[in-house]
Amino acid sequence: MINNLNILLPEIFLTLSIFVTLMLGVFTQKSFNLIFNLSSIIILITIVIIFNSSNITERIFLDSFIKDNFSSYFKVLILFSSLFVLNSSKVFIIESKIDKFEYPIIILISILGMFFMVSSNDLILFYLGLELQSLALYILASIDRDNLKSSESGIKYFVLSALSSGLLLYGCSLLYGFTGSTNFELIADKLNEENKGAIFAMVFILVGLAFKISAVPFHMWTPDVYEGAPTSITSFFAVVPKVAGLAVLIKFMFIPFVNILLEWQSIIIFISIASMILGAVAAIVQKNIKRLLAYSSIGHIGYALAGVATGAISGYKSTIVYITIYVVMNIGAFSCLYMMKKDGEYKENISDLSGISKKHPILAVSFLIILFSLAGIPPLGGFFAKFYIFTSVIEHKMYTLAIIGLLTTVISAFYYLKVIKTIYFEDNFVVFDPIKNKVAQTTVLISCTFLITFFLYPSLLNNIVSSLFLN
Amino acid sequence: MIEIGLGHYLSLGAIIFFLGVMGIFLNRKNVIVILMSIELILLAVNINLISFSIFSGDIVGQIFTMLILTVAAAEAAIGLAIIVIYYRNKGSIRVEDIHGMKG
Repeated sequence: MINNLNILLPEIFLTLSIFVTLMLGVFTQKSFNLIFNLSSIIILITIVIIFNSSNITERIFLDSFIKDNFSSYFKVLILFSSLFVLNSSKVFIIESKIDKFEYPIIILISILGMFFMVSSNDLILFYLGLELQSLALYILASIDRDNLKSSESGIKYFVLSALSSGLLLYGCSLLYGFTGSTNFELIADKLNEENKGAIFAMVFILVGLAFKISAVPFHMWTPDVYEGAPTSITSFFAVVPKVAGLAVLIKFMFIPFVNILLEWQSIIIFISIASMILGAVAAIVQKNIKRLLAYSSIGHIGYALAGVATGAISGYKSTIVYITIYVVMNIGAFSCLYMMKKDGEYKENISDLSGISKKHPILAVSFLIILFSLAGIPPLGGFFAKFYIFTSVIEHKMYTLAIIGLLTTVISAFYYLKVIKTIYFEDNFVVFDPIKNKVAQTTVLISCTFLITFFLYPSLLNNIVSSLFLN
Repeated sequence: MIEIGLGHYLSLGAIIFFLGVMGIFLNRKNVIVILMSIELILLAVNINLISFSIFSGDIVGQIFTMLILTVAAAEAAIGLAIIVIYYRNKGSIRVEDIHGMKG
């Protein structure tokens, strides 16, 4: 029994580290720097632990917790992205005076919640992981507590996210009632087209999950929360919970709902098309760059869901590749925002970018690469992400979805190109302060290098993702 | 005498759930009412789970209920804290006033 606890080693380590860092933070003075660096080290050690664990599928606690390649991949992705998000935003955190020692600890807590989410094989464990994640995120959204915008975004996120948790939970209760079990595999055995109650439950669970990954028609919180929360939190929101939410969505489609594919497929197709269209159209009129990225992330979730909508392993694989590249692009985009500083104040409007190519050629080029990649222009990484999605969608003969997806790609290219036009072809008004945030520069550099060189060896990522579904 | 069966409990759960959801969307006065509505939703789920658990003779539903009660308490605590900091900044918790960001 004790031997089996090795399966839980990353989670146990993370939990104990949270206790220790919390105590350290309380009992030392001005502890932000110490706790921040400790948290980065903790994340690194957890990555090492996950890499060192065997890649055999193992279960513990009456099959409610699974450690397999699928969950390990997402855990590593979550850890790497939070590491980059945290470190690139450190200067921003200190300058915006939100450098409380709780900040990195709450991020660790939400990572712990996501770990349980992606490893869960049971409704109870899944719900607890989801709530641990959401409770931490409510606090993060309103962490700048003397700022009206931040507390307003906290209140909006809290109300809508709690509502979505409630809907999801109602679905869980019905699923438990109509299948008689909370275990994913046992649920899969009992689910079929005749079980109408369970199909009703599936709709509720899908709605709850769509809220968490901000897919249309449950996206209303996204632009407000992205705009209101401090940029460092926004970049976390845009990247990490999306990865975990999408992982859980794929897991739900792959294990408990596998026998009612026809029922959920049409819902996912609708959500996917609606997200793609809204993400493309609503972003055109935005003036705030964080709101623009919010709508762009809604659109990207639409493309990712198109892969899920195929209901086949090749589709899930393309979604995982998509979300990985999405993470890299968004971390790069948000790191660029940390460099838009004028007289000690961070700028957020697109008009502030006008003509910066003359004074800040390197920042302009990074924006160019990342925005081109977000728009899906070859040969950058974002193109390949979309390419894999559309090939798998066409393989499964879902031509409407593919055509709408391609059309919205063209529409969304318009607003990305508009920002690039502002950067390169308009008169310069704003000269930003000299950039001192070295980590953010490195992050942008890594992200741009990844996006440019992805086409040289795309099968590296593909092979890793293919190995996730072998067992 | 009507025999009270699973269907009755489920209908009760569904009604309370519906009241909770409507409470969130129709309420235009006070954010605290939204917090109460969220509590109602979670309680409706608990009624569902307990009645399923009793009628199928499976204990897991009742365990789930205990965990949900715990989570609901934590959620209410955090929700109230967020409402307090919002009140400090804005001086009001009317739902109509929460529209600083739009677009």
